[in-house]
Amino acid sequence: MAFIPHTPADVEAMLATIGVPSIETLFDEIPAALRVKSLAGVPEELNEMEVGRLMSERARIDGRPLCFIGAGAYEHHIPAAVWAITTRGEFYSAYTPYQAEASQGTLQLIYEYQTMIASLTGMQVSNASVYDGASAVAEASLMAVRSNRKSKSQRILVPTTVHPHYRKVAVATAGNQGLRFEEIPYSPGEGVIAPTALAQYEGEDIAALVIQQPNFFGRLEDVDALTDWAHARGILVIAVVNPTSLALLKAPGSWGTKGADIAVGDGQPLGVPLSSGGPYFGFMTTRLEFVRQMPGRIVGRTVDLNGHQGFTLTLQAREQHIRRAKATSNICTNQGLLMTAATIYMSLMGPQGLERTAAAAHARTRELVTALTRLKGVRAAFQGPVFHESVVLLDRPVAPVLSALASRGILGGLELSEYYPELGHALLVCATETKTAADIESYVAALNEVMQSARTTEGRAA
Amino acid sequence: MSKVPADLKYTKTHEWLRTLPDGSIEIGITDHAQHALGDLVFVEVPEAGRAVKAGEPCAVVESVKAASDVYSPLTGEVVAGNPKLAGEPETVNTDPYGGGWLMRVRPTAGGPATEVMSPADYEKLQQEEGD
Repeated sequence: MAFIPHTPADVEAMLATIGVPSIETLFDEIPAALRVKSLAGVPEELNEMEVGRLMSERARIDGRPLCFIGAGAYEHHIPAAVWAITTRGEFYSAYTPYQAEASQGTLQLIYEYQTMIASLTGMQVSNASVYDGASAVAEASLMAVRSNRKSKSQRILVPTTVHPHYRKVAVATAGNQGLRFEEIPYSPGEGVIAPTALAQYEGEDIAALVIQQPNFFGRLEDVDALTDWAHARGILVIAVVNPTSLALLKAPGSWGTKGADIAVGDGQPLGVPLSSGGPYFGFMTTRLEFVRQMPGRIVGRTVDLNGHQGFTLTLQAREQHIRRAKATSNICTNQGLLMTAATIYMSLMGPQGLERTAAAAHARTRELVTALTRLKGVRAAFQGPVFHESVVLLDRPVAPVLSALASRGILGGLELSEYYPELGHALLVCATETKTAADIESYVAALNEVMQSARTTEGRAA
Repeated sequence: MSKVPADLKYTKTHEWLRTLPDGSIEIGITDHAQHALGDLVFVEVPEAGRAVKAGEPCAVVESVKAASDVYSPLTGEVVAGNPKLAGEPETVNTDPYGGGWLMRVRPTAGGPATEVMSPADYEKLQQEEGD
């Protein structure tokens, strides 16, 4: 398919037809004061050759470190076929095509994606994906307020065990639309939502409760009890889940007696490389009852005039090209390419493959934490089960330790002091199936050396 | 020409109003409106107990090509939303003035209300809008 943009002559002809002197004139109704004339701070353009060179140089600086950072983005093995297929010309576009039904292959792929995600989360319907996990939480919060007909409030309870970036994005996106996000503290020794923290909301009008499983600390929340608590009070439940973990953990659709109402998460673990933080994609699912409040595109399967199977965009009256300002969302985007990779990843892995990946990641993390907490000056922050991440506490500031590890080619985890100062010298570590026993040994040995040398220096100074 | 029953009141935004024996007001969309929307696939009606204000969107009618808000012509409390429409939204197309009613509202005494018109005036409005 050729995409030929209009020529200057085409533009002239179109302007002449509608009787407008220039394209600029079309924007006259936007007051001058609101228009941005230049983009301050944006560097000059670079050509492809220059960008290629810049990126190779930066990649060289990154090196090939051994990465034990998780915190929302996870290094998993991606079978070579995933991106070989994803980057085929037929798939290589970022969005749903504009003349959607002309691209039956793309629509079928989105339909398969929705089916797989709905099956993984145990929910009834999935959209075609959203921008990322954080924006999915924001969209889910807005959706919950629209959907919860028992509640007149715009209050959303968000435990501090939910990813700090997700909480920030939710406030930035939905805070100005009237939503109030109220933080619930976690139990200090356990790193999960404290049941006592919920008691103060008894009898209050709340639209939704957000539950992340596994939570930001890697810990497992008591999702059944929390879901039932919320439902008994007319509060909707927004589940934020890691897709890999769903191969082992209970699907949100089965949480408690009724299941979660909306389940979202970041799809990055499903075949999307870390690539310096993005692009990733978010997934979003719900129960059929709320489908008209869900933002984003949805592909449905149908039959054509001759009774042949076909795929089509469906329930479009929710969307901005029809509902305009009253659409379910005007900022959600379908991450078509990443969703394509995820669909191919899931089909190649299959349920068993995903389960083996999840089990291996869990086992590696246990080995890592066991070995780390045997070291002098390292202990576990919380008691209780984790999936593939855990918080350890050091007996000294984390930043210098991490930079010493980095100089040995090891990314030792995420320092938590910025987000959870109350935890002290806390470090969030993660090991997936990509880490071998030897990798874990190298990390443990390096950390031991770094800690010992720090103690020696301190000893001398004293 | 769309049907405009003589015993109802109408609004500029194509809602009709019927005063029920108990004093509550039944509200729906007109034959003209359902025709303009086309086949309805989904209708969202307010729940009983909800307070509505005149001019406020309180229901949504969605067809295969458009979704539109329905505005409450008066201020009051919703007595009932039509439960039948969840499963059979097409009733609004087939019987807009009967089984296709959207909601019943008990008006607040002296509360503000949208200007309503007679059947004759509503017919005139339709002609002006090119029915």
